[in-house]
Amino acid sequence: MQTPDEARTRVASFEIFLTRFLDDDGRPLCRLPAAARRPQRLLHAYRLMARIRAFENKAVALQRTGQLGTYASGLGQEAVNAAIGLGLARDDVYLGNYRECGVPLARGVPMAQILQYWGGDERGMAWPRTVPAFHDFPFAVPVASQVPQALGVAYAMQLRHEKRATLVTCGDGASSKGDFAEAVSAAGVWKLPVVFVIINNQWAISLPRSRQCAAVTLAQKGLAGGIVGEQVDGNDLIATCHVIETALARARSGAGPQLVEALTYRLADHTTADDARRYRDAAEVDTARKHDPLARLHAWLEAQCGFTAQDETRLQAEVAAEVGVAVKTFLATPAPPPEALFDALYAELPPALHAQAFAAAGGGEA
Amino acid sequence: MPTNKEQVAEEVTYLDAISQALAAEMERDESVFLMGEDVGQFGGAFKISKGFMERFGARRVVDTPIAENGFTGMAAGAAICGLRPVVEFQFADFISQAFDPIINVMARHHYRTGVPVPVTLRCPFGGRLRAGPTHSQSIESYFAHVPGLKIVAPATVEDAAGLLISSIRDNNPVLFLESKYLYRRLKVPAPLSLEPTPLGVAKVAREGTDVTLVSYSVGVQQGLEAAEVLAREGISVEVIDCRTLVPLDIDTIVKSVKKTSRAVVLHEAARRLGYGAEIASEIGEACFWFLDAPVTRIAALNTPIPTSPPLEDAVLPQTEEVIETLRKVARS
Repeated sequence: MQTPDEARTRVASFEIFLTRFLDDDGRPLCRLPAAARRPQRLLHAYRLMARIRAFENKAVALQRTGQLGTYASGLGQEAVNAAIGLGLARDDVYLGNYRECGVPLARGVPMAQILQYWGGDERGMAWPRTVPAFHDFPFAVPVASQVPQALGVAYAMQLRHEKRATLVTCGDGASSKGDFAEAVSAAGVWKLPVVFVIINNQWAISLPRSRQCAAVTLAQKGLAGGIVGEQVDGNDLIATCHVIETALARARSGAGPQLVEALTYRLADHTTADDARRYRDAAEVDTARKHDPLARLHAWLEAQCGFTAQDETRLQAEVAAEVGVAVKTFLATPAPPPEALFDALYAELPPALHAQAFAAAGGGEA
Repeated sequence: MPTNKEQVAEEVTYLDAISQALAAEMERDESVFLMGEDVGQFGGAFKISKGFMERFGARRVVDTPIAENGFTGMAAGAAICGLRPVVEFQFADFISQAFDPIINVMARHHYRTGVPVPVTLRCPFGGRLRAGPTHSQSIESYFAHVPGLKIVAPATVEDAAGLLISSIRDNNPVLFLESKYLYRRLKVPAPLSLEPTPLGVAKVAREGTDVTLVSYSVGVQQGLEAAEVLAREGISVEVIDCRTLVPLDIDTIVKSVKKTSRAVVLHEAARRLGYGAEIASEIGEACFWFLDAPVTRIAALNTPIPTSPPLEDAVLPQTEEVIETLRKVARS
């Protein structure tokens, strides 16, 4: 007779893989994929990351000088933002949270428009018709609310037999929410063309990753929903591009959803209304700076693509000029007038609200 | 030879009307699809979608996991992409799981981006079925406060169809409140017209001269019963069916109250901050100089809905109370 323990059989076992191609100093850890050996592509990515970083820094500076509302900086997350922006095809759809300004920047949204949003003007969220971001969703503000919405987008693609993919990002904190679990689980059932990317920056405001969830990885939350889950070093642009592109291609081909946990670090405070020094060790932040995504790609470009100090200086000057123009445009954009308050409340304003709208526009009592 | 039951049925219930209207819209517009718990093979908890899976396929009759937050958020995403989801909440009570996607996504998205969110949220609501505190609630007040939503509550078989058609065709998120109590109790001779009934237009359900009763959903049927009884006593009650709570056709209500000078507002939701408070306040502001009596509310007690039959009857407005209140106000 078997003992009770012997009578147990293994019905499933799982593994989680982490992809990393470059070490912190930009040295290759393996033979890199073909795409990574095209210097123009990497220079383009590096330029995008530099633009994102300059934008992040300027946005915080504008807030500090009273010219912008509360801002949630994505400093340190430039590589994963850029990889997503570069991986998405024009017809793919992106849904993300407020910290990932880098994706709409990569998808053609002008910097001035994103500043307009953070300056308090919701018109900043209506992406221009002419850019790839046109079908993308506005920044989700309630944490994780974008994740179930991505199911609907992917469902529409699947119903219409389109070879498109949906990509949705959320933070590590959002992966604690029911919205997230419900969406991952249902996406697996319906094999929807959606890629979930957890941008794990290690902090949910003041709550560190270790106190959010006891699981070893967040990627395994995909396994719980019956979909592929894997980790990538989100500060390694080349690895992140590779993993995101592979996942998107799978989704477009009809092979189903995937979850990617991109490991990165929130170098900034949660928002400009926060002071992370109250709950976070300076030593931890110093260590995280050693994994800086820009420095790592820069080292690779210098070593492999002949990128010089002059190239860097020129790039920084160009990026600064773009940011400068954007700030001028943003500051010169007038706030919407009170007459516009009701313009977009409904697809068509019901007559029951005409009187209030008229009064708000200065037309007399409601 | 008739191919389905609808064509041979002599009567159409409130429930049939919803089912027929939904099927007609799915037939007319392939972007319309139904999603919710057990709506597929099972045909829905109340059998609204019986036969839909066979007729429209599993892709357009989507059985969702038990995940109201998740599937409501999904409906938002699908609507933003140009589909017209119809979400069935198994009971309206469960919608509290989905507050965030409704309030922070559906009701905000057009405001933020100019992109419409054409979604219909079907909510079987209300009491009198001995279903207890978590399967009997009236949810309209939670949502009436939120800018950007519409709320529809049909009181008749014809409106159950006509208002559902308009809700599905509307380019805004619409909460469609279905009276579980009326589902099988209310019927009209077949066939039913499947024409849209415009949203935001109230109806004079019965003309009268002495007192105006304003209500919606099951309250309108109670009001009509009460008016019939009072007519025999020589009291003439005008019954207004709001049909749509947001936007509210206050003009039709005000016109009636200015004529009768007396107003009673009736609903099955709890009294405190029930939708009747809003209607009463609007009447007060617009008709103050015309009123011969205070605007009076009839509503449920401020308690949960008990399962126990005598207790549920004690909590919810009964027709006898409606008659007494109307009589008192008419004679004041």
